[in-house]
Amino acid sequence: MLKARVIPCLDVKDGRVVKGIRFQGLRDAGDPVEQAARYVDEGADELVILDVSATPEGRGHAVTTVEAVREVIDIPLTVGGGVRRVEDAEALLSAGADKVAVNSAAVAEPALLTRLADKFGKQCTILALDAARKDQPTADPAWEVVVRSGKVRTGRDAVIWAKEAEARGAGEILLTSWDRDGTGEGYDVALLQAIRAAVSVPMIASGGAAHAEHLAEGLQAGADAVLAATIFHDGHLSVKGVKAELAQRGLPMRL
Amino acid sequence: MTQEVIVIRTGSANLASIQAGLRRAGAAPVLTESPSAVEQADHVMLPGVGTLGQTKQILDQTGLTSVIQTRVREGRPLCAVCVGLHLLFEGSEESPQVPGLHVVPGFIRRFPEEVRVPQFGWNRVEAPPGVMYLESGEYYFANSYRLVEAPPGYMSALGEHGGHFVAAFERAGLLACQFHPELSGAVGTRVLRRWLTLSEAKVC
Repeated sequence: MLKARVIPCLDVKDGRVVKGIRFQGLRDAGDPVEQAARYVDEGADELVILDVSATPEGRGHAVTTVEAVREVIDIPLTVGGGVRRVEDAEALLSAGADKVAVNSAAVAEPALLTRLADKFGKQCTILALDAARKDQPTADPAWEVVVRSGKVRTGRDAVIWAKEAEARGAGEILLTSWDRDGTGEGYDVALLQAIRAAVSVPMIASGGAAHAEHLAEGLQAGADAVLAATIFHDGHLSVKGVKAELAQRGLPMRL
Repeated sequence: MTQEVIVIRTGSANLASIQAGLRRAGAAPVLTESPSAVEQADHVMLPGVGTLGQTKQILDQTGLTSVIQTRVREGRPLCAVCVGLHLLFEGSEESPQVPGLHVVPGFIRRFPEEVRVPQFGWNRVEAPPGVMYLESGEYYFANSYRLVEAPPGYMSALGEHGGHFVAAFERAGLLACQFHPELSGAVGTRVLRRWLTLSEAKVC
């Protein structure tokens, strides 16, 4: 049977791994090639690189980083951040990405998803969806799409956007809770459940995990894969240890 | 000795990963769409990422269709991956108007509705005794369509996702993988290395 995936994420800026809370206050967290190789040794099922560079020069580093990482890993690599056009995706795929994640540009122009899926296939086309809880005093929670690293709240409903993105060609959804990202409070389980109920493509849970129990909650809420950055960077948890713990909880893991 | 492998340029998607995977397995990959290069090569890789229709169009336009058909019929070394495997058959539900290479009997169909599609991730594969290149283990898949019935006359390894499906099969110089050996860690590299080193002996 298909295994649940544990996916370490490297947030990369100007060729270096960085870490912050809610996408702000970034600090240096190491060399991406070194970290990617370590995660593969520990049994990572896939890797994600999110380029958070703000400048064209920084973006140039991203292609070099992907090339260098590709040479040291023998597992799938998803790259996102700053993908605006089919040509951007093509450059990353040619450098060694297997899938490309699009976020703000797809919100601005949903047809980009269709163009990417037509050219590279749905299995290459990942929607990165950052969602924040709406401020509304109702019983049922609702989420809106946020873009530009959380700086802009679009007002667009996250569940409706996930469905539209699937229909337009997204082969997978990387779902990040903006409220939980970097906090260590655990995934927004209600958000995962809401998106799971709305789409049939695979879903990667992201934002807020601090330990294996959080990852288990994400998988039990319907995620096919769990993504985490902070918990693996600081070295207090290994991918291998986390996967063993998830297996003990009865989740299907590749050990 | 580093062995040259001709990689058919079937489009723009993950060819960098295929090449890196071949280098890990000890080969020197060369990208081409030249029919004469493919005809003369000892080892040929047919990657497929994207849709069957697009990939077949590239083979038709470049004149590679008959070259690959002949290579498979003669049992010369060819490794077909993912949509590359689909291409070997009569056709696929993915691109129903497009005829495949039809060098292996069978038809490719979509996974049933009750399982996650695309199948993204690592899945268990069981290889039968007596295989030359394949081995049982966990491999990485990224596909929405698959072959259900093991093709007669080939050694097939099976996986499970909404029922059995053919994860890979082999005969003489042909190795066809639904999984991505280039993304399947150490086990994927071993499979590629065996195909590179053992399939030569089968050419007579």
